[in-house]
Amino acid sequence: MIGNFFKSLYGEKENKVCKKCGRSFTYSELAKHSMICPNCGEYFRMTPRERLVMICDKFEEVDANLTSENVLNFPNYDEKLKTATKTSSSKEAVVCGVAEIAGEKFVIFVMNSEFMMGSMGRVVGEKITRAFEMATEKKLPVVGFTTSGGARMQEGIYSLMQMAKVSGAVKRHSDAGLLYITVLTDPTTGGVTASFAMEGDIIIAEPNALVGFAGARVIEQTIGQKLPEGFQRAEFLQEHGFVDVIEKREKLKYTISNILKLHSC
Amino acid sequence: MGAYEKVLKARNSNRPSGAFFVNRMITKFVEFHGDRRFSDDGAIVGGIGYLNDMPVTIIAMERGDDVNERIKRNFGCPSPEGYRKALRLMKQAEKFNRPVICIINSSGAYCGIGAEERGQGLAIAENLMEMMTLKTPIISVVTGEGGSGGALALSVADSIFMLENAVYSVISPEGCASILWKDSAKADEAAEALKLTANDLYNFDVADKVIEEENMSYDEICDNLKCEILAKLSELKEMPIEELLEKRYQKYRNIGKL
Repeated sequence: MIGNFFKSLYGEKENKVCKKCGRSFTYSELAKHSMICPNCGEYFRMTPRERLVMICDKFEEVDANLTSENVLNFPNYDEKLKTATKTSSSKEAVVCGVAEIAGEKFVIFVMNSEFMMGSMGRVVGEKITRAFEMATEKKLPVVGFTTSGGARMQEGIYSLMQMAKVSGAVKRHSDAGLLYITVLTDPTTGGVTASFAMEGDIIIAEPNALVGFAGARVIEQTIGQKLPEGFQRAEFLQEHGFVDVIEKREKLKYTISNILKLHSC
Repeated sequence: MGAYEKVLKARNSNRPSGAFFVNRMITKFVEFHGDRRFSDDGAIVGGIGYLNDMPVTIIAMERGDDVNERIKRNFGCPSPEGYRKALRLMKQAEKFNRPVICIINSSGAYCGIGAEERGQGLAIAENLMEMMTLKTPIISVVTGEGGSGGALALSVADSIFMLENAVYSVISPEGCASILWKDSAKADEAAEALKLTANDLYNFDVADKVIEEENMSYDEICDNLKCEILAKLSELKEMPIEELLEKRYQKYRNIGKL
């Protein structure tokens, strides 16, 4: 089913090149391997559509048509939004909806690194907040896939305040006794790490995903030294106590399904 | 005054840091140290005392006045244990029914190996969640530089005050210019574009009050600030807790609402 979906989405002609080993693959080949390089094992970054097909049995999108405006009249932001919409074929950096795996219903959000590096402005904050508010109202768990460069600076203080806004909705969902699972994918940094990415009851990460608060370059400039191998990778976070499970992509659906079921009785 | 001039003014080393406001506003102050997890972060000073006759918990970012102090206080850039100390003191304030005052003045949360190893992102995230439902009034005051997530971690509040020449931004103008235009010398352009002054934030309904500074000494400014905090806290203390928390939630829910 996944193979067919990718075929219909991209066709057989458009190949994708592995950034690690340089080999080229068709989408159907990659889809059979859960978007993992069949040659070297490198994880390809996934779009929300690819992720939703891989994880969900059923999915219905909500708030699909919210789009960003240049509220501060920030230089070149209009053009950036246009380009991002075109190149990523999406309207914003997150997709939200109601989904099912093996009969378990939940609210899902999946961020999109292809849209302005998954940065969070008013629309991303609003969509995720609404997702949590809907989940609280319907008494459903939330599963969130994060990938983001952080707050979207073109929206100034509004983007920063999204961190507080989403965290408020997460807290209300949590206080209602409901489950929130985050899946940290490569890369998750900045304001997203410093808010809802780390607020899950259960935090799962994909192997080798880069997850951190400050960017590596900023840290290197601050401390004036090179960072150690594996710094801010999923395994580093787990070693320091911040990640519950590092799960291989091909087993993610099973693991999420299992955890959801364990919370449904 | 241009936005970047305000940034430079907000950062000026002659401008008082957090401890000044604590010492001038609060009597019988007792400082409490440590996060009871790992260590005591000098970049955040916290404790209890009286605001006139009202017992309060006060938590202030402090960058230090001379070189030795600055090193000890990590130039006012908090580590995860600073935010955890702040949260511990806020929970304590909730237990003993004391309002919380946060003084914000920092270029941002510390960016270092240890900060990442001990969960800087998590520490900030936890404060955002917990402050949203802390069952006691919270007032946050940006007195100088409000630097991104590191400032936000102490500013989920019922009311946000800003001194007239304080700034509050998602990113430093230098950082913004260097990412967007590969040229940190364009910081003044970035400062204008980011709309980070106290008046900007008041117009965006992020700041609830701007405390005037013109033609006043810092002592006078601090005394005026104290009066405003007292008036607001007296009002907030009268509010039923459910209403207080609903209003706090809606404040952030409505910022830049679509």
